[in-house]
Amino acid sequence: MMTIKETFPVTAGDMTCAGDVSARIKRQMKQVGVPAAVMRRVSVGTYEAEINLVIHSLGGQIDYEMTEEKITIRVVDNGPGIPDLKKAMTEGWSTASNEVRNMGFGAGMGLPNMKRNADEFQIESTVGVGTDITMVFNI
Amino acid sequence: MTIREIAGILDAKWLCCEEEADREVRYAFASDMMSDVLAHVGEDTMILTGLINSQSVRTAEMLDVPCLIFVRGKIPHKDAIQRAEMIGLPTLLTGCSMFESCGRLYAAGMGAFKLEEYNGEGGNDDD
Ligand SMILES: Nc1ncnc2c1ncn2[C@@H]1O[C@H](COP(=O)(O)OP(=O)(O)O)[C@@H](O)[C@H]1O
Ligand SMILES: [Mg+2]
Repeated sequence: MMTIKETFPVTAGDMTCAGDVSARIKRQMKQVGVPAAVMRRVSVGTYEAEINLVIHSLGGQIDYEMTEEKITIRVVDNGPGIPDLKKAMTEGWSTASNEVRNMGFGAGMGLPNMKRNADEFQIESTVGVGTDITMVFNI
Repeated sequence: MTIREIAGILDAKWLCCEEEADREVRYAFASDMMSDVLAHVGEDTMILTGLINSQSVRTAEMLDVPCLIFVRGKIPHKDAIQRAEMIGLPTLLTGCSMFESCGRLYAAGMGAFKLEEYNGEGGNDDD
């Protein structure tokens, strides 16, 4: 059975490159002919996660794994972690700066968007350690 | 309606990919916040935005939208136009405000992409 696996590092603070990893993953999905609706859900979830790594975290990585049945995106960062996960998951809740808002993000919809688009969504976060998100998308 | 018709309605100028002018667009969604766009945009939906950096193009790219329109006559950043060209995204610029752009398109019969029914809690969408 075919499995494609890759890991991409994401640098904190660099808004000009934010979205590069998601675009690469999308290109790979297109190449192997993932259905458009699945591709859109994976792309939205991955892009929101990548933006969060850039604007909220100290940097981290995105792991991408694709089999014939499903695509798994795991997003792990090196901190600072999220103190109140329940609040963070609320639509509209955001700690983003005005600078980030001027870049079009910080509407507090990122985590809810990830959850809505994934078939399985898991988030764990420890302050001082980091955040670990897994999204599974059935093909 | 086609992008060519949309360009006429908005007196818009092509920034790239004019060869795609006959592409069909069924719905429109307007916002400067990309997470709102990512939350609400579905198939055949074009984006109207005042956000002129490359994140607007990247958002359009993730969603495979048929067309991207910059409003208020704000010329997008160079890297945004370059990226739109690279990915083959029809991109236009109109001098109309967001309000007027939406008004003209709505009057011409453009549909709004149906949002999930408002449930009375959460969210603070500004679209
Ligand atoms: N990787 C992360 N590291 C630290 N904090 C995060 C991370 N992801 C999200 N958060 C926190 O959760 C909040 C909500 O995230 P999100 O729903 O993506 O909205 P937004 O990014 O627009 O603020 C953020 O404002 C931030 O406080
Ligand atoms: Mg976010």
